Amino acid sequence: MLKIHYFASLRERMGRDCDDLVLPDYVSNVAELIDFIKQSDAIFNDVFASTPRILVSVNQVVVSKDCRLAEDDEIAFFPPMTGG
Amino acid sequence: MISVQHEDFDIGVEYESLRSLAVSPGAIDTFTGLVRQIYDQDSESEVVQALYLEHYPGMTERKLTDIQNQAHSEWDILASKIIHRVGELKADDQIVFVGVASRHREDGFLAAQYMMDFLKSEAPFWKKQRTEKDSKWINSRDSDLKAIRKWR
Repeated sequence: MLKIHYFASLRERMGRDCDDLVLPDYVSNVAELIDFIKQSDAIFNDVFASTPRILVSVNQVVVSKDCRLAEDDEIAFFPPMTGG
Repeated sequence: MISVQHEDFDIGVEYESLRSLAVSPGAIDTFTGLVRQIYDQDSESEVVQALYLEHYPGMTERKLTDIQNQAHSEWDILASKIIHRVGELKADDQIVFVGVASRHREDGFLAAQYMMDFLKSEAPFWKKQRTEKDSKWINSRDSDLKAIRKWR
């Protein structure tokens, strides 16, 4: 089971801070995961279409969209960081 | 050492802690970031009433530790501390602290600046500001990204 977290403006727009998802066999990387969720979740699709830059982390490390996924990975979507 | 915390911090205590942790330091650099009264990026005129700091628990500590370890491998420093506050903050509150004990000042200055630059763009914190008018998430700045490019 994948755990998907949303932070900051994305969390607010999604209306929830996380989702659990069983990784479908045909989803092997981050880009495919994003496409898969876009098709099944209209809010997610809308958030991705209207947000200029969204970062993705897998197991708490920021990755590119070709990063491969495994069962039980911890995924997070968030806007660019603004700490300090 | 790193700390992600709600509570305020005392830079005098942090200074003494670095002074006692480091063996024979020749310099201690400290940087403290405060919540600016005027924060609005678009108008630069709206007075901020409060700032909310969200973070990604676990990843934040991990990233701050990576940044700190990188600074220790790049420069000759003896001890360092990063503190970042989260939750509700008010204008003029302390928000972030970076302290470095080193043998010589150059290493301390550079390591502290390096840690601050990377912390701003790579540690998972997000600021939301509240003014009299509304409440909105702060956008990342190009100048912050430029700040980390200079180290590469």
